[in-house]
Amino acid sequence: MKLFFHFGRYLYLMGKVFTRPEKGAMYIRQTFRELLFIGLDSLGIVAVVSVFMGAVLTLQVGINFVHPLIPNYLVGLTVRDTMILEFSSTIICLILAGKVGSNIASEIGTMRITEQIDALEIMGVNSASYLIMPKLIASLLFFPLLTLVSTILGVLGGLAVSIATGVVTIHDYIDGLHLFFNPFYISYSLVKMVFFALVITTVSAYHGYFTFGGALEVGKSSTRAVVSSIILILILNLIITQLMLT
Amino acid sequence: MIRIENIHKKFADKPVLNGISCEFAPGQTNLIIGRSGSGKTVLLKSVVGLHEVDRGSISYDGEEFVNAGAKKRRQIRRQVGMVFQGGALFTSESVENNVRFPLEMFSDLSKQDKQKRVNECLERVGVEDVNDAFPSEISGGMQKRVAIARAIVLNPRYLFCDEPNSGLDPRTAIRIDELIHEITLEYNMTTIINTHDMNSVMQIGDHIIYLHEGKKWWEGEKSEIFDTGNKQFNDFVFASEMTKKLVKS
Repeated sequence: MKLFFHFGRYLYLMGKVFTRPEKGAMYIRQTFRELLFIGLDSLGIVAVVSVFMGAVLTLQVGINFVHPLIPNYLVGLTVRDTMILEFSSTIICLILAGKVGSNIASEIGTMRITEQIDALEIMGVNSASYLIMPKLIASLLFFPLLTLVSTILGVLGGLAVSIATGVVTIHDYIDGLHLFFNPFYISYSLVKMVFFALVITTVSAYHGYFTFGGALEVGKSSTRAVVSSIILILILNLIITQLMLT
Repeated sequence: MIRIENIHKKFADKPVLNGISCEFAPGQTNLIIGRSGSGKTVLLKSVVGLHEVDRGSISYDGEEFVNAGAKKRRQIRRQVGMVFQGGALFTSESVENNVRFPLEMFSDLSKQDKQKRVNECLERVGVEDVNDAFPSEISGGMQKRVAIARAIVLNPRYLFCDEPNSGLDPRTAIRIDELIHEITLEYNMTTIINTHDMNSVMQIGDHIIYLHEGKKWWEGEKSEIFDTGNKQFNDFVFASEMTKKLVKS
């Protein structure tokens, strides 16, 4: 029953979010700000994780695919497809659920308990729309970009470790990157990222917006936001994969 | 003029407001007083719609508020300024941007005129030279002043203050009270203040309502408060030794 309660309240909140802004210019300004906080500020962690994950993947595949019948170029191919299909969308989003999701929930939650949201309402501002819409737009614009950056950096990480360790030759690695490339995988990854961006932003904002109490509750909301987002991402990943790849 | 009639509000079956009715006239400071937990903040927040009442009616200059749609409510709220207990300033914005926010959102003034109005309001509340500071960098008293500046920047018709001088030293508290009183007269606003501070009552209370356990127990002017014959109210008024001595003298 609690699930239905939360779902109903989430839909109610989204109804408030998707309304006509009071002043478009203020929303645009806020969106640029969120692009900085949500997007650019996440670039560092995404870059670091992607490079290392690409490098580790290359090592693992290179070490395990040692068989006369398995061509060496499969290392590059495996790294490329793993990054595109799963890592740069799903795993990166699980990380972003922790970083961005907790940030959104705690920011909005703190605004709630310090009456800043009440202050917005009293001014006649649709607080839900003003606070959540710019974050949502920023996520929808930037998260797919992060997927592409992550894929490229992951592949480069693999290339770097190939050069450094010689687990596979550069020639074989690059050959693998070119072989059997299916552009649809990119579309699949981007579609997933759009849905995940929607989940991370709105679910985290929901938990923050309905925070009541004090600092302790802000922390709890933040944790709930991350856990809910992660579970929903995993479920959505399964559904989207079933719908798009089978 | 704000008129409330027979307002009822419960939280989880616990009645918090029990059939309160009263009127708040413009150009005077209306004080809602009472002990902690008497329902003052719930009443104030109900009047501005931050809490939905279970029963009763609230009207702003004849315009019904309780049953009004979201759009109508927002229109009414744009004529409302509110000073929250903790200030409720936007912590990620500078002092100047806090005051400018309502102008950016709802006015069509030019950039220069907005800046002029922001400076006017900050000057009016006695806050200068901290335009670029963040709320966390200024004192509690200054935060309250900035909150007042933000509340009046759009020339509201109604001003609500939730314990505006709580957490302030007596001198600053009196100054904040005086400031609200002066602004009320200057803008001819309908001002409603929540407080449990007897200094405020004696200083600026034009019209006073005493709440106890969610009910209105007394209503009148400050000149009458020492002679009401109302036990509950007397217990509140004469709680401090200072007040007792003041009355005896």
